[in-house]
Amino acid sequence: MTTSLSQQLVNLLAAALLLIAFAMLSQRRVLSLIRLFAWQGMALGASTAIVAYSTAQHHLYYSAALTVALKVVLLPWILHRLIDKLYVRWDVETLINIPTTMLVGIGLAIFAFALATPISEMASTVTHSTLGIALASVLLSFLMMIVRRKAVPQVIGFLSMENGLFFAATSATYGMPLVVELGVALDVLVGTFIFGIFFFHIREQFDSLEIRHMEKLKED
Amino acid sequence: MIDAAGIAFQIVQSVLAVLIGPLYVGWVNQCRAWLQNRSGPGLLQPYYMLARLFHKEPVIAEHASPLFRATPYVLFGCMWLAGGIVPALATDLPFAPAADIIALVGVFALARVFLSLAALDIGTSFGGLGARREMMVGFLAEPAMLMTLFTAAFISNSTALTTIVETLAHREFAIYPSLAFAAVAFLMVLLAENARVPVDNPATHLELTMIHEAMILEYSGRHLALIEWASAIKLFAYTAIGIALFAPWGIAEGSNWSALPVALVALAAKLVLAGAGLAALETVSAKFRLFRAPEFLSTAFLLAVLGMLIHFLGRG
Amino acid sequence: MNPPDLTPVTIAAGIAGFWILIGAASLVESQRLRFINRLIFPAGAVAGCVLAIIGARALGDPAETLVLPLGLPDLPFHLRLDPLAAFFLFLLGVGAFGVSAYAPGYFSRESAHRLRLLSLQYHVFLASMALVMLADDAYLFMVAWETMALSSYLLVTTEHKLPAVRGAGFLYLLIAHIGAIAILLSFGVLHGGGFADYTFDALRATELTPFWATVAFLLAFAGFGAKAGMIPLHAWLPEAHPAAPSPVSALMSGIMLKTAIYGMVRVIYDLIGDITWQWGLTVAIVGALTSLFGVLYALMQHDLKRLLAYHSVENIGIILIGIGLSMVFIGMGHPAVGALGLIAALYHALNHAVFKALLFLGAGSILHSTGLRDLNDMGGLIHRMPRTALCFLVGALAISALPPLNGFVSEWLTFQTALQAPVLEHGVVRSLLPLIAAMLALAGALTAMCFVKVFGIAFLGQRREPHHPPAGDHPGGDAGLPESIGMAWLGLWCVVLGIFPAVVLMLLNRVAVSLTGHGLPPEALEAGWLWLVPTSAAQASYNPLIFLATIVTVVLLTFVFVRWCYHGRLRRSHPWDCGYPEQTARMQDTADAFGQPIRWIFAPVFRIERRIPAPDDPHPRFELHVEDRHWRWLYLPVARLAEFLSVQVAVLQRGRISTYLLYSFITLLALLVFVR
Repeated sequence: MTTSLSQQLVNLLAAALLLIAFAMLSQRRVLSLIRLFAWQGMALGASTAIVAYSTAQHHLYYSAALTVALKVVLLPWILHRLIDKLYVRWDVETLINIPTTMLVGIGLAIFAFALATPISEMASTVTHSTLGIALASVLLSFLMMIVRRKAVPQVIGFLSMENGLFFAATSATYGMPLVVELGVALDVLVGTFIFGIFFFHIREQFDSLEIRHMEKLKED
Repeated sequence: MIDAAGIAFQIVQSVLAVLIGPLYVGWVNQCRAWLQNRSGPGLLQPYYMLARLFHKEPVIAEHASPLFRATPYVLFGCMWLAGGIVPALATDLPFAPAADIIALVGVFALARVFLSLAALDIGTSFGGLGARREMMVGFLAEPAMLMTLFTAAFISNSTALTTIVETLAHREFAIYPSLAFAAVAFLMVLLAENARVPVDNPATHLELTMIHEAMILEYSGRHLALIEWASAIKLFAYTAIGIALFAPWGIAEGSNWSALPVALVALAAKLVLAGAGLAALETVSAKFRLFRAPEFLSTAFLLAVLGMLIHFLGRG
Repeated sequence: MNPPDLTPVTIAAGIAGFWILIGAASLVESQRLRFINRLIFPAGAVAGCVLAIIGARALGDPAETLVLPLGLPDLPFHLRLDPLAAFFLFLLGVGAFGVSAYAPGYFSRESAHRLRLLSLQYHVFLASMALVMLADDAYLFMVAWETMALSSYLLVTTEHKLPAVRGAGFLYLLIAHIGAIAILLSFGVLHGGGFADYTFDALRATELTPFWATVAFLLAFAGFGAKAGMIPLHAWLPEAHPAAPSPVSALMSGIMLKTAIYGMVRVIYDLIGDITWQWGLTVAIVGALTSLFGVLYALMQHDLKRLLAYHSVENIGIILIGIGLSMVFIGMGHPAVGALGLIAALYHALNHAVFKALLFLGAGSILHSTGLRDLNDMGGLIHRMPRTALCFLVGALAISALPPLNGFVSEWLTFQTALQAPVLEHGVVRSLLPLIAAMLALAGALTAMCFVKVFGIAFLGQRREPHHPPAGDHPGGDAGLPESIGMAWLGLWCVVLGIFPAVVLMLLNRVAVSLTGHGLPPEALEAGWLWLVPTSAAQASYNPLIFLATIVTVVLLTFVFVRWCYHGRLRRSHPWDCGYPEQTARMQDTADAFGQPIRWIFAPVFRIERRIPAPDDPHPRFELHVEDRHWRWLYLPVARLAEFLSVQVAVLQRGRISTYLLYSFITLLALLVFVR
């Protein structure tokens, strides 16, 4: 198996992406979660840049720059400000204990890999073998949203799910058209703001960011 | 397959492993002292301590059984064997095929079982506590360790350490994400198995959270010396396994005398680096609550499994 | 009728007959009550030894058959001795010698009346197991199988005056019979209708569609699995083993469970033949779960024999993992690796027979000598029973899969099989096999923890005050001569099977070749008797002799060197324990305390009931009960359903004869209409 250095680097970064997804799943602290999220954005940006270099797809440079700007700098900064203002630096509680979550996560990863293997054989991109990883990160982020009790980690899970999707797009088809990517990036940004506003409202209403309280809103 | 050079390598390596172990521990302690802005006891301190302990008269409890007295020797024998068959200097060791990596894990397990039994032998509360915790860490670390080794074994299609070293040292330069994962997992297992921070604290004594120290509380004199020495060899052996799996360059291959000096220098350099790294890690991390240890080790297990999955995926 | 030639199969059948004979002979009224202990049991032991030799010799020979004109007219017993049967007969012989040699010591204080019955049941039990392995037709197989179940049931209920023992026996009989029905149905499916007879040859020849083959496989797997103690059909094991006298527990756990493994291998590999990998994956996953749950529950026990029973569950899981891996590889077209998996499984079956029998005998010696069965009451037994302690230590190290003893070798081979996963094409299976291996590693490490607990709590430490002082008088000394011989024999096998694995590997290779048509690669066989090489020397090798020799040499050299260089002085004093004064034996860890981390980490697996006393309670008592969840999830609902159905059926019960006759009459009419 002879693979070019860039492909190896992409594979390594893909592995790092998956690793960070798992790390987020196991993390208890909100601050560390944000830091991990920033790292994930970094890995994503780097891998996009490498793909851009190796395939000479120039629009990918823009998406790489955009990713770094948005996901490594801007969003973590917003999240930091959010938790400062909301004063929610405490540990995250999980619904299921962490080792069990991890085991479920491994099962999901195997499932994703099995699912992606036939698809990635069809794709002709240099990065096709990372499709399984992308899918796995999406599923893992989803899992993280399910098992967290507090609103802030759920949002981070949502954002990291977007990371996984972005990575999948890069690995399967060298990314979406730039316009679409810009649109998605804007959506994510706006989404974060809206979430932020919601957080304040939720806290005013219930004096806590515990998702459990939302159950009271249900009409009986 | 057995020749003079091989036997010479085997003897040099076994003796070296046993002699160098305390020096390595001394180096780690020295680095840690520097990092903590202390002057440190010096590199040779572990040797002085061993010598002092050997001279002292051991005191054992009245109702200690023969097992208690035999355990330090068994421990020492196990660790010597482990230190002798890990290819730290050369791959052409005639004894190395006697045990592959799985058997090596078995040797460590044997030592752990004996030590835990000895801890239970006196029937004190601390002994039982230490034994129980040690076995807890052990049963979590062993699967993680095996998965780490399996990843390396899948890459080189062999569980024989010498073959793994030869394959990995000769591959064309390639980044194996799977191996990177395995390396992190291995590091975590190394910390747990050798009673280092964040799972246990080697510098502690009389702390309610101690593990290794609680088990050897009742030992003194030559028995204690042998156990301490065995722990030092164990740390060396684990580091040597790590080097063999993840940085195998420079290890002498075949019966080649001229490669020996290079191998020695390479080994020394790697040990210096590894020891400094270990000390740095221990300085920046804090000891976990005891029941965080399962989480720590299950993370290691997870990393190893991920490494293996990624390896299969990369091939598929 | 001419006397048959003295072929191995004849001798093996003869030994089964001999066992029945001496069992019957023990019923003879004799003035000398020691007749049974002095003569009958040793004779049975010698017969076991002969059987082991015959089995070992017949391993390399082609299959031999024998037809005995016994049983029903026109339905003779077919016997056959092929390498697989020979291997299991060897296992039976080795185990039977150890247990029979031990039994006289254990039973030395039985009353003569009970001993006669015990001896009869015991020897019939042995003979029925031999016949199960020799059977070559479904008819004899089922007869022997049921005889085995019945005789062991009677042995389990030796203490039938205790209600708990009766309950355990009932549960055992129930699950054994459900299993037997499944096996019977499996034979029926294999037969496929028609007028052929039920010899195994005819069953082999039947061509089955994939669907019916799967049905036959599932029935056989469930039926034999129930006997073997596979989860979730394991519930009888932890009840029946503690109830039975210790030598019987040793036989049941060591050998009878293996007859189920034998049956499974026979039906799946030999009679069905066309193995698919999906079956294999099923077996391997069930095996992995069985081993993990078995050891987790074992860690929660404080009754020594219950604990050992749960460990039998665990080890059956390990054997099933080996069989499952082998089936996966065969089903995916890699029969050579499949042979390795089968060898690993059979090797573990033999190892488990040896060390589990040894451990049960050790538990028996403790019970015999001190009357204690609860680990929390023991402590410091190594000082009173050094011989037992040594034998038990060997068994404990062997079961913990520690090199250089035998348990390690078979687990090592299982790992090697799992490590061949990259040859497979299927991505998910390829990733699952190493995970199963990891579960095996976890189970192995937990076993080590469990046996540190057993040995450490029972034999080491200080003597504890029993909470439940044993009834009756107990000698309190070490095991006597017969007991020691039995245990030493089994302990010796633990060592021999661990030190010379390559020899066993060669012998087992013949079994694999005869069953699957494939064996290990030539390089593995040419490695010599000293080196255990499963595939090729570059891939993996293991040499326990060098291993042991190095450790022993270093230990001796160190010992001499330290004495010579320094001194050999030694002083004994009070324990140090960080200077805490007033250490009492009650402050030691108990068995429950030792399992506490497991209880904490794996809390969802158990049903834990804890009663913590109130702070102002003048007589505080802390209570803790840990239960097997399977009871509530599976058994109690089934039991309730059965009860509900019986209440419904009870409507039919009127108590009048004429009503019953009417039922019979209606049934008859219905049948006539139906068959018409």
